Amino acid sequence: MKHWLLRRHLPLLATCALCLGLYVAGAVLCPGFASLRVFVNFLADNSFLGIIAVGMTFVILSGGIDLSVGAILALSSTVLAVLIELRHVPVAVAVPAVLAMGGALGAVMGLVIRHFRLAPFIVTLAGMFCARGLAQIVHLEALPISDPGYLAATGWGIPLLAGARLPLTAIVFLAVLAVGLYVSVHTPFGRNVYAVGGNEEAALLMGLPVGRTKVGIYALSGFCSALGGVVFALYSSSGNPSAGVGMELDAIAAVVIGGTLLSGGVGHVLGTLIGVLIFGIIQTGITFQGTLSSWWTKVAVGALLLLFVLLQRLIARTGRGR
Amino acid sequence: MDLPTAGAAPLLEMRGIIKRFPGVLALDAVDLTLRRGEVHALMGENGAGKSTLVKVLTGVYPRDGGEIVFGDQPLSVRSPGEAQSRGISTIYQEVNLIPDLSVAENIFLGRAPRLLGGARRQTCRQGTGGGSGDPRHRPRASCVGPLNWRAIHERARTLLQTFSLDLDVRLPLGSYPVAIQQMVSIARAVDISSQLIIMDEPTSSLDQQEVERLFGVIRRLRADGVSVLFITHFLDQAYEISDRFTVLRNGRVVGTFEAASLPKLELVGHMLGRDPSTLADISHQPLLTQEADQAEVVLQARGLGRRGALAPTDAMVRHGEVLGLAGLLGSGRTELARLLFGVDRADSGSVWVGRRRLAPGSPRAAIREGLGLCPEDRKTDGLVPDLSVRENIALVIQSHLPPLGRLPRRRQVELAERFIRLLGIVTTGPEQPVRDLSGGNQQKVILARWLAAAPRVLILDEPTRGIDVGGKAEIERLVESLAADGLAVVFISSELEEVVRRSDRVLVLRDRAVVAELTGAAVDEGTIMRTIAAGASERGPA
Amino acid sequence: MSEPTAARRPWRYRPGPTLWPLVALVLLFAYNALRTPNFLHLEVREGRLFGTTVDILHRGTPVVLLATGMTFVIATAGVDLSVGAVMAITGAAAALLLTRTALPVPAVVAGALAVSVACGAWNGALVAGLGLQPIVATLVLLVAGRGIAQLLTDGMIITFERPSFEAIAGGAAGGVPITVLIAAGVVLLTLLVTRGTVLGLRIEAVGGNERASRLAGIDAGRTKLLVYGFCGLCAGIAGLIATADIKAADSNNCGLFLELDAILAVVIGGTSLSGGRANLPGSVVGALVMQTVTTMIYAQGRGPEYTLVVKAVAVAAVCLLQSDLLRAALRRRSGELRAA
Repeated sequence: MKHWLLRRHLPLLATCALCLGLYVAGAVLCPGFASLRVFVNFLADNSFLGIIAVGMTFVILSGGIDLSVGAILALSSTVLAVLIELRHVPVAVAVPAVLAMGGALGAVMGLVIRHFRLAPFIVTLAGMFCARGLAQIVHLEALPISDPGYLAATGWGIPLLAGARLPLTAIVFLAVLAVGLYVSVHTPFGRNVYAVGGNEEAALLMGLPVGRTKVGIYALSGFCSALGGVVFALYSSSGNPSAGVGMELDAIAAVVIGGTLLSGGVGHVLGTLIGVLIFGIIQTGITFQGTLSSWWTKVAVGALLLLFVLLQRLIARTGRGR
Repeated sequence: MDLPTAGAAPLLEMRGIIKRFPGVLALDAVDLTLRRGEVHALMGENGAGKSTLVKVLTGVYPRDGGEIVFGDQPLSVRSPGEAQSRGISTIYQEVNLIPDLSVAENIFLGRAPRLLGGARRQTCRQGTGGGSGDPRHRPRASCVGPLNWRAIHERARTLLQTFSLDLDVRLPLGSYPVAIQQMVSIARAVDISSQLIIMDEPTSSLDQQEVERLFGVIRRLRADGVSVLFITHFLDQAYEISDRFTVLRNGRVVGTFEAASLPKLELVGHMLGRDPSTLADISHQPLLTQEADQAEVVLQARGLGRRGALAPTDAMVRHGEVLGLAGLLGSGRTELARLLFGVDRADSGSVWVGRRRLAPGSPRAAIREGLGLCPEDRKTDGLVPDLSVRENIALVIQSHLPPLGRLPRRRQVELAERFIRLLGIVTTGPEQPVRDLSGGNQQKVILARWLAAAPRVLILDEPTRGIDVGGKAEIERLVESLAADGLAVVFISSELEEVVRRSDRVLVLRDRAVVAELTGAAVDEGTIMRTIAAGASERGPA
Repeated sequence: MSEPTAARRPWRYRPGPTLWPLVALVLLFAYNALRTPNFLHLEVREGRLFGTTVDILHRGTPVVLLATGMTFVIATAGVDLSVGAVMAITGAAAALLLTRTALPVPAVVAGALAVSVACGAWNGALVAGLGLQPIVATLVLLVAGRGIAQLLTDGMIITFERPSFEAIAGGAAGGVPITVLIAAGVVLLTLLVTRGTVLGLRIEAVGGNERASRLAGIDAGRTKLLVYGFCGLCAGIAGLIATADIKAADSNNCGLFLELDAILAVVIGGTSLSGGRANLPGSVVGALVMQTVTTMIYAQGRGPEYTLVVKAVAVAAVCLLQSDLLRAALRRRSGELRAA
């Protein structure tokens, strides 16, 4: 029985081991790697990816997939920039508006998936096209934000030891992570997500509100994408309709590497954090190295993704012989 | 139909239930009454309507006619969640819980107690339905706050202890054997409702010991006043645990009987639609001549078995012979067919075609050696719905061609038209997509596919299901002429008269094992039914 | 007894599978012909046909090729998200072979296509051999593939100067652009093979009902491997054309987002995402429809962002029409007629 548990969590354990291993390797090979400031940068540089990945975790836990996250991030950042810069909407109004927009877009996709019983991948693919196009229609090029209040926020942060500072972007990421963790473990909605992903038919027969949960999941993912867009705008002080191209794949990879099964039902929000960290470590390591081209990141991520998917498959196969 | 009067008012009354699907009347004015505190077995062959009736009751399907009264109030639920909130829980053959979540969580999923909003809420129900269920479980004012995991674990532990189960409730459900998972789903059902529990084939994956434990639980439920509707095809088990039976056949109620006063033979007769008292012992006319007994053995199974599906079995068919497999649903007939053809991998034994041993688990190898299997479930195993009649018929003969081999369209069309004529397939032509055909004609297409491949041995699993009388006669005549030409046939059918008419020998199966082989004059319906009915248990008048 | 009669069956209008996309294409052309004065105008300059319609065919070639390969992958109830990346990899391989070796162009083409087939076979092995979900299996190559292409070119854009290779994209034979000839050739050859041999039947059976196809003796694994390998090949050809067109291997942008266009073209063309009947002519028409729409939008002076939204709406519309719910509703009505 214990051994069954171990096997189920093998991917997550493997991820932790990998993360640790990579970090140690980085610390050994690259001077200055193992500093608090560099670690904080892992979080800050990948904060928007991380936020998106938290939303994606819920989607994948339920057995679905969301390809629109990168496009909604771009759309959100662009709309935010346009609202603040061109329409002079106060930040306190613009941000909630953009977040609501993201949630609404996600909810629409969720409704279509639920009512017409279409495959999530094609519906969110259409969503991705739509959002990407809308972003470019709203504003064709990147739009820097010069609102003083906004700019002040980008410099804000919690000071830590050794001269390091935890910037707002990282704070938001960690907050989202914490909320995601709470929701996934301590709320019925979160548990329903696991149930739907674990055995959707059974969840229906058990009387769980499967349809509502599904819509909620995609709305949540849309909301997280929008939040990621806001954080991205914070990070780069601009809105950019070409941002986030391919980010959905990075998010999926982070979630899978973080131990969440693509088939749904098993996984952890914390695993996603580790997945994102691994991303950051690989990227930073390669930059530090200097000799390897940055494209190795893509290859490394692809290889890791494959490895973990195969691991999951192996576990699923041996698990069935019971 | 005779309904013995009971003292107290019945718990459940279903009157005149009608359910239609496109092209088929699944339930035809079905009446069912359940008393309080009784264990009532619902029995019938495949397609009799048992599952459909349950699904109508629990809201999975809407009904097309009739009414349901539950606990003195009319019942019209639209979802399983609603049925649950009214006090009806269902347990399925496949454990329908979430294996990756913990035992405790599975028990309380959808109604877990929360931390805030006052001290220790009993349960906090979310999901669909309100309605008047058990007053204990009506939702309180508001359930807020994070899930109260400690309460969940504690309450789960206590609940399971009343079932004599001492489990670590924090472990995933899937880490426990299926029998335990069944118990957990029963525990959940009992905790949700204390009025009616429906069990749909709960013992299919349990061994003898586990079945005994389950029955202990059911007896306790009965003593507590809970009614149990028990769907099963295991005769012995039905007799052991039930107070009354209701037998369905082709969507109609054949009758409701007290278990203590229904002879087993009569029950079998009801299920198969044969009245044993009117059966004369007409001796069967042997189809084969004496020499045929010396004909070459074409297909042979030696010790072929698979855990949970079929006990190790020997069987053989000769050139030009028809071997019938008779038995009730679940007795192992289809399992034997699938093992012979290699659809399922056998745990023991081997299959021989002529003198060559067949590679296990490979339908391709079987086809190469001249075997054919016309499957029981045409929807999942037979039809490719978007393809045309012609293409479906040509599907097997293409298997011997190389990757880029040619199968001229003209030849396919000829083949299709030949079989359309031969089997009387009602279709607009060879190009019609098979999904537009009626069930019976789809069946004929699948049959045509295998006949076109001209195998040495053809296994027919329920070949006449869904086909009208005339069509059945055609197929039977075809089988006869093919056998006369030397084709060896394994013939599986729930229609006893068919099996008797066509077979030279019959293997009788019961509870996943071959219990008898009948030849010559012994091949008649009475003998077969008596063989099936002769159970190992002493309960029930036999 | 019963002979096949048509008496009981209500007449149902069943459109040919390619009808709707074709209607769409014709309508689009008609609309454009009326609105834009020279839309249908053709002229020959320097031995080569010019005109908007020729332009559409020429620019639509990569998507037509991708859609050809994708049609059969989707017909087996799969999908290949990596075709864009494979295009980039193939282009990079070709550029390398052209600049670093002295191989003649035919050998370069063969070598580069071998690489693309290998990519396709890789996907096929993951799906058929290891049983991975197609989305996931091809996602790996999608993520890593562009990186691999970049690594091949060391992150740079490799330019080359080989007229005989560039002719793949720029040349014309008998006035018709070579790209169009290549696409037409591939499509016709594929039609010949799938309709004329049992391969088409096997592919559609595996996609329509894999269990039934296995029971009928079809080697589903081998069929899938073949299908993904072919998709890789088509992507390779498209990659060569794209690379020859700009006379350079741009691993960053080669084939970017084209996988989505290909999937959309196949969906518009009538091949169902859940597998079954493969409609290659429909996919080709679908690709042309999308290219026509793109050209229209550009002609109006609007940028590519509008094409994205239009494509999204098109995907949504087609999928809704194809959706199970609608099908079930139609079937219920016909089923009731049948039962009566």
